[in-house]
Amino acid sequence: MVKIEKTKFLTEHKPIERFIPSTVYIPLIQHTGKPTLPLVKAGDYVFLGQKIADIEANITAPVHSSVSGKIKAIQTYHHPTLGGATAIVVENDGQDKTERLPLKEEEVKNLTSKELRLKIREAGIVGLGGAGFPTYVKLNPPKPVDTLIVNGAECEPYLTGDFRLMLEKTGQIIKGIELIARCLEVKNIYIAIEDNKPEAIRAFEKELKSSPITHYKLHILKSYYPQGGEKQLIKNILKKEVPSGGLPFDVGVVVHNVATCFAIYEAVYLNKPLYERVITVSGSCLTNPKNILARIGTPIRDLIDFCGPLKERPRKIVLGGPMMGVAQYTDEVPLIKTTTGVIVFGENEVLSLEESFCIRCGRCVKYCPVGLMPAILSLSSQSQNWQLAKEYNVFDCIECGLCGYVCPAKRNMVQYIKSAKLVLLKNERR
Amino acid sequence: MEDNLLVSFWPHIQMKDSISKIMWTVFMCLVPAGIAGVYFFGLHSLLLIFISIITAVLTEGSIQLIRKNKITIYDGTAALTGLLLAYNLPPTVPFWIPIIGSFFAIAIAKQAFGGLGRNIFNPALSARVFLLLSWPTYMTAFVKPFGSADTISSATPLSILKEGEKTLSDIGLTYMDLFLGRRAGCIGEVAVFLLLLGALVLLFLKIITLHIPLSFIFVLAIFSWIFDKQGLFKGDVLFSIMSGGVILGAFFMATDYVTSPLTKKGKVVFGIGCGLLTFIIRRFAGYPEGVSFSILIMNAFSPLIDRIFKPPVYGKK
Repeated sequence: MVKIEKTKFLTEHKPIERFIPSTVYIPLIQHTGKPTLPLVKAGDYVFLGQKIADIEANITAPVHSSVSGKIKAIQTYHHPTLGGATAIVVENDGQDKTERLPLKEEEVKNLTSKELRLKIREAGIVGLGGAGFPTYVKLNPPKPVDTLIVNGAECEPYLTGDFRLMLEKTGQIIKGIELIARCLEVKNIYIAIEDNKPEAIRAFEKELKSSPITHYKLHILKSYYPQGGEKQLIKNILKKEVPSGGLPFDVGVVVHNVATCFAIYEAVYLNKPLYERVITVSGSCLTNPKNILARIGTPIRDLIDFCGPLKERPRKIVLGGPMMGVAQYTDEVPLIKTTTGVIVFGENEVLSLEESFCIRCGRCVKYCPVGLMPAILSLSSQSQNWQLAKEYNVFDCIECGLCGYVCPAKRNMVQYIKSAKLVLLKNERR
Repeated sequence: MEDNLLVSFWPHIQMKDSISKIMWTVFMCLVPAGIAGVYFFGLHSLLLIFISIITAVLTEGSIQLIRKNKITIYDGTAALTGLLLAYNLPPTVPFWIPIIGSFFAIAIAKQAFGGLGRNIFNPALSARVFLLLSWPTYMTAFVKPFGSADTISSATPLSILKEGEKTLSDIGLTYMDLFLGRRAGCIGEVAVFLLLLGALVLLFLKIITLHIPLSFIFVLAIFSWIFDKQGLFKGDVLFSIMSGGVILGAFFMATDYVTSPLTKKGKVVFGIGCGLLTFIIRRFAGYPEGVSFSILIMNAFSPLIDRIFKPPVYGKK
């Protein structure tokens, strides 16, 4: 694991601001699982938070309107990770009209765990750390689970959304954690935060001291990348390893991101589905980088303009963090549930695509958090020796990008590894 | 804005480091030992160093030009090979020796294999062994420090030891002489103190790790101590470490990225192999020194070592 140069200072002291877009483009798929189907048609009027797409499937997440207004169209539109997907276009009438009412404290208390899970499903909550796995599925584990880890590591550079949330919504996050604990009936609860966020750590210490909760453990992590990876957290906190190809369930653990905990709180207490989330819009191109509470479906361009004026023409726009985020071909792409940030890079910050041959310096091997030999993986992929890549455990790669970060030859490590995985998968299917 | 946006795989940021930065750092860390060599053996050595570097760089550039590859002569790799080859030459060899040597190192040992990163054997050492086998008289003629090239050749401490059963004091040297480099030997190998200083910088900058040098030197020392000519446990450990090319070899040549294993365990095994082979050659083979041969032999084993000593994979027991 590696300490990465500091970039969080750009936004870490900026309170969360709200941004309301004029038109939203809400993709039908924003999660891991089955894509949803629209429940509305063009011309319909929808309320803020109204369910507009769903499907009956074991693993999926319904989609809600993030504004109130008229549906302009249901059409193919840009998608941050899929390139293109069907999206519901809603024109904002600026009213934020809604029919939902918050629940009373008593009502929340009386909810059974089954009802809780249903509420969380209906709110369309998915893992907000970036993976987008439907949360209600993780709240109904196929195996007994005794430990919950709340992930507040936020190890990606630039990103500060989770940090601001932990600072500004500490109590609400704890309420969300309580709800998860009720569903899972877990004994051990860890809140994991990196030591580069002392204010967040203090906020939780204070909040926990003044509450009757005594069994939560605050686990302070060293700020190394990729500390916030699910498997890395489990190893670090519990000294356990998730078996290769397995899931945290297999070692009796469930990991939820702090933003997800907050979304669960909102879904249950406020009866509010997941139609907005906190993201960081940052990069030295922007005059005013910000943490924004943004509506799902907001075109990235609107958010960039909100943080402007631009100091220079953007050369690369990344959705997510700079280590694992996806570069976009257009700034019209909409924000989805799993988007943690928008990083705008200028000409001088963009990495050259030129690479050298591997000099076998061994840095990638030294730092790989999974214990792989990325150098060999990249070389076998380069020479299209896919079987060799498999022999060197290419499928255990978590694609954290650290090998590419440390490589002095500037090799496109992730690209090599991903192509090896893709070719191998294709060949196996055949 | 559309056409202007670059799409590429993550990560979108990188450490501020490069091959050329690493190579020039290693180069600079070797310079003090070279200055000492020139101080001990005279201007001829300096010219040998220059010729060696220039030939290496020119060879690299011309081959890249002919093969229509990107010209990478500024990245320091060819210059470093030239420097290391010169450091492995006796101070009195004629000027054509480094020319042939550097050409061999770059053209045959490196570019013929495909260039940087693709060579199996350390280029500088390959060239040194090639020269040693082709022109043994030149390559084994040494002089004492501060003697001119015309003076009668002197043997290196190791070869004196190989001839008869003598101790360090019989040769007329002290440990301090060995440490500071006041003895006959190759241009860049004698100044042990300055080599260690350079190595320390490389260790501090994490350009090299201790795995290879430590296991190399430790194994050589232990075996030299136990299985001495004069009887069991009678070997002179410090002498075995400082008298030949071990310090230069262990810290600067065996640690060559391209030709050594990738994993920590693999590096230790590699170092142990180097140490053991050096001992065997010194003790039983025809040559007084065996560092170059040992490293080259172990180079051939690097891919195999990588295959056997993989690091433990997360979640795989």
